[in-house]
Amino acid sequence: MLEVSGITQIFGGVTALEAVSFSIAQGDITGVIGPNGAGKTTLFNIITGIYRQTSGTVQLEGRDVSGYPPEKLARLAMVRTFQNIELFSGMTVLENVMVGMHTKSTSGLLACALKMPWSISEERRIRSAAMKWLEFTDMVAYADTVAGNLPFGKGRLLEIARALAVEPRIMLMDEPAAGLNSQETVALAKLIKQIRDLGVTVVLVEHDMELVMDICDRIVVLNLGRKLAEGTPREIQESHEVIAAYLGDGD
Amino acid sequence: MQFDQILQYVLSGFSTGAIYALIGIGFSIIYNATGIINFAQGEFVMLGGLLTLSCLQIFNLPLWAAIPCAVSASTVVGILFERLAIRPLRQPTPINLVIITIGGSILIRGLAMLVWGKDTHSIPAFSGDAPIAIGGATILPQHLWILAITLIIILANKLYFYHTISGKAMRACAYNRRAAGLVGIDVRRMVLFSFIISSAMGAVAGIIVAPLTMTAYDVGVMLGLKGFCAAIIGGMSSGISTVIGGLILGVLESLGAGLISSGYKDAIAFIILLLILFIRPQGLFGKADSERV
Amino acid sequence: MRRDLLFFSGFSLLVMLAPQLFKGGYLMNVLVFVGINTMLAIALNLLLGYAGQISLGHAGFFGLGAYLSGILTTTANLNPWLAMPLAAIIVGCLAGTIGFPILKLKGHYLAMATLGLGIIIYIVFNETIELTGGPSGLSGIPNLKLAGISFDSDVKNYYLIWGMALAVMLFSINLANSRVGRALRAVHDSEVAAQVLGVNARLLKVQIFALSAVISSLAGSLYAHTMTFISPTSFGFNFSIELLTMVVIGGLGSIYGSFLGAALLTLLPEFLRGANDYDIIIYGGLLVVMVMFMPGGMVRGIPAAFRKVVRRKEVRDHA
Repeated sequence: MLEVSGITQIFGGVTALEAVSFSIAQGDITGVIGPNGAGKTTLFNIITGIYRQTSGTVQLEGRDVSGYPPEKLARLAMVRTFQNIELFSGMTVLENVMVGMHTKSTSGLLACALKMPWSISEERRIRSAAMKWLEFTDMVAYADTVAGNLPFGKGRLLEIARALAVEPRIMLMDEPAAGLNSQETVALAKLIKQIRDLGVTVVLVEHDMELVMDICDRIVVLNLGRKLAEGTPREIQESHEVIAAYLGDGD
Repeated sequence: MQFDQILQYVLSGFSTGAIYALIGIGFSIIYNATGIINFAQGEFVMLGGLLTLSCLQIFNLPLWAAIPCAVSASTVVGILFERLAIRPLRQPTPINLVIITIGGSILIRGLAMLVWGKDTHSIPAFSGDAPIAIGGATILPQHLWILAITLIIILANKLYFYHTISGKAMRACAYNRRAAGLVGIDVRRMVLFSFIISSAMGAVAGIIVAPLTMTAYDVGVMLGLKGFCAAIIGGMSSGISTVIGGLILGVLESLGAGLISSGYKDAIAFIILLLILFIRPQGLFGKADSERV
Repeated sequence: MRRDLLFFSGFSLLVMLAPQLFKGGYLMNVLVFVGINTMLAIALNLLLGYAGQISLGHAGFFGLGAYLSGILTTTANLNPWLAMPLAAIIVGCLAGTIGFPILKLKGHYLAMATLGLGIIIYIVFNETIELTGGPSGLSGIPNLKLAGISFDSDVKNYYLIWGMALAVMLFSINLANSRVGRALRAVHDSEVAAQVLGVNARLLKVQIFALSAVISSLAGSLYAHTMTFISPTSFGFNFSIELLTMVVIGGLGSIYGSFLGAALLTLLPEFLRGANDYDIIIYGGLLVVMVMFMPGGMVRGIPAAFRKVVRRKEVRDHA
C-alpha cells in the first residue's frame, strides 16, 4: 500500500530523519511511535506532501509519489488529519465535511455560479454523502453548528468525518487521541477500527500507548530520526531497544 | 558630454536613494519587531517636512531648533498611532493590520490637509543654493546634507542595534518574538520603540528632502511606497542591504527618468518591486530560506 | 436556500421600484454609481472576504475595463456590446497570468504587490497619450443601445446598471454557497487542510482573482458607456482604497454587505457636499473605527449592536 524508502530530511544542517524505510500493508492499522523529537510528524508531513524530503522516495500503491503536492495525493485517495486540528472554523460542520467531497465532484466556477442543472444535482449528492459521514462519526446533531464553536473532542471527530468524505484508501492520523479524555479515547479506538473495517488503511502517530497497543496491527518505532524497530505490538513491547529508548538509558 | 549627464543622474539618484533608504529602514524596523508592514510610514515623512515648516514660520524658530522639534512631534504621532490603532486591535490578522495602517495613514494625511491645506510648501535649504561642481556635474549643498545625515543615522542605528541593551533586545524580537518574551524582554515596549525609531527616521527623511522637492500633505504616499521598494530590495533588513536597495532604486529611477521618460519614472520603482517579489522575495542579497509567507 | 432566494427577490423588487420613489432627479445619477460600486465591491469581496486574499489594485482592473471599452468603441469603432465582453476577456487573461506569481505572496506582501500593479496600470493610463488621451481623458464613448433604446438618461442607465448589478449579486451568492465557494472559504480558514482534502488552493486563488478582475472590468465598461468620458483620476490608488473601505465596512464575506458599503460610501459624499475635500478623513476614520470596533462590518456589527441595546433595555425593564 505505502512504501517509504530511505527518507532523509535535513533542516538547515540538522538531520531530522535519517534513511527511514518501512512499508505498510493494505488494511492494517499501523502505529508510528517514538519519544518527542523522534521525527514522527516530520515523516507524516513528507508522506502527505507538505514537506519535500531531502532524499528518499514514497510509493503509494506502487506509484512513486515523492514530491506530489497534498491536493494530488488526495486524488490518489490519501488523506490525513492534524495534531492541532485544522478546521474551517468559519463554516458549519456540514459544510466542513462537504469540502471533503471536493475531489468527488467536478462542477466548475461558472457552473456553480450559474446553477447549472448538473451542479444542482451534484450539490444534492455532496450534501447527502456528507450527512452520511456525519452519521458515521455520530456528529449529526452538530450539522449546523459553526465549526469554530465546537468543543475540542467534537472538532477531532469532525476532522475525521471530513477526511473520510474524501473516500480515502489510506488515512494518516497525527495524534488523534491528543487532548481527548479517556471516554473519548475509547470511542476513538472503536471509530478507528470501524474505519479500518471500511477497507481504509490507517497509519497513526500516537503517544497514548494503551491505544496504540490496543488497535494497531503493526508498529514502527522511531528514535532520534532513525527507525529503531518494527513489528507487532507484542514484539515491540518485548524489544529491549525500544524499552531502553523510552526509559532514556540508550547507549 | 554624455558621461557628464550620466554622472549627474547618478549623483542626484544617490540623494533620493538615500531618502528611500531611510524610509525603507523605518519599514524594516517595524516589520522586524512586529511583523507589520506599516502603510502609514510615508505619513511621518510628510509630517517631518510640514512640522518643520510650521516651527519655522509660526514659532519663528531657527532651523537648528525647528528640526528637533519637528522630529519629536512626528515621533509623538508615531507613539499615538501605535497606542491608539495598533495595540488595541482585537483581531490582529495581517489583513486587519493592513487595513488599519492604511486607515491610519489616510486619517493622518487628511488631518494634515486640514492643518496645512492643499498647497505645496518649501523649506529653505540648510546652507544655501550655490551649486558645487563635481567633474562635469553639479550638486547642491543640500545633496551633501542628505548624504551626510543619512550616513550618520545609519551609523547611529548600527550602534544602537549592536551596542545597547534595548537595541539587542529589539534584534532578539526580530528573530523570535515569543522566545524574546520568554527570556524577559518586554515585547510590547520593543514594539513601541520600533514605532518611535521609525517615525523619527521617517520625519528626518522628510525634513532633509523638503528643501529639494518641496512638500505637501500628500507627499507621503509615493515616498512611503518607494521606501518600501528599497526595503524589499534589501530583504527587509534594517541595515546596509536596505541602504543599497534605496541607492539602487534612486539611481535607476533617476537614470530612467533622464534617459527613457520622466512620465514612467514612478513605474520603475513598482516594476522593480514586482520583479523582486516574484523572483527573489527574500531580497537581492538574502539567503533563500527566509520565506515571505 | 429558499430563504436566500426570497430575500434576493425582495431586494431586487425594491431596487426596481426605487426610481418610482425618487421620480428621477439628481439622486438617480448617484444611484447609478451605487450600482457600479456595488459590482466592484462584490468583485473585491469575492477575493478578500471569501478567499482571504487582499488586493489594493482593483481600481486598475476597473480602469482597464473602462479604457479598453472606450478605446475599442471610439478608435476601433466596435459595437459596445462586443467591446464589453472583449475587454473582460482581455482583463481576465491578464489577471489570470499575473495571478500565478502574485498570489504566491501572502498578507502584507500581497497587499504591496497588488498596490504596485495598480499604480503601474494607472501610470500607463496617464502616459500612453495616443491611446488613452493621457491625463486629459478619453471622450465621445458611445452609449449602449438595445432594441432601438439608447441608454443615455439617468433613469435608463439605472435599470441597465442595476440589472447587471443584480445579476452579479445573484451570481456571487450562488457561487458562495457552492462547491467552489466552500473550497474558497476553506482556503481562507486553513489552506493546508483544504489542500489535504484535494483543493488546489493555488489554482483556485488565481481563478477567483481572474473572476474578480473580470467583474471589475465589466463594471468599468459600463462606467465608460454611461459616463461617455473617462480620465485616469477615477482609477487611481485612492479609488482602490475606497473599494477596500466599502468591502470592510460593509462586511467581509457578505454580498449584501458589499452593497451596504458601496451605498454608504457613494451616498455619504453627496450628503456632505460642503465637506467635499475632507471625505478622505472620513474614509480613514471609518476604516480605523470599523476594524477596531466592528471587524465583521455593518452587516454583522449593526444587528449585534442592536441586540445588545435591546437586551440592555430588557434588563432595565425587568429591574
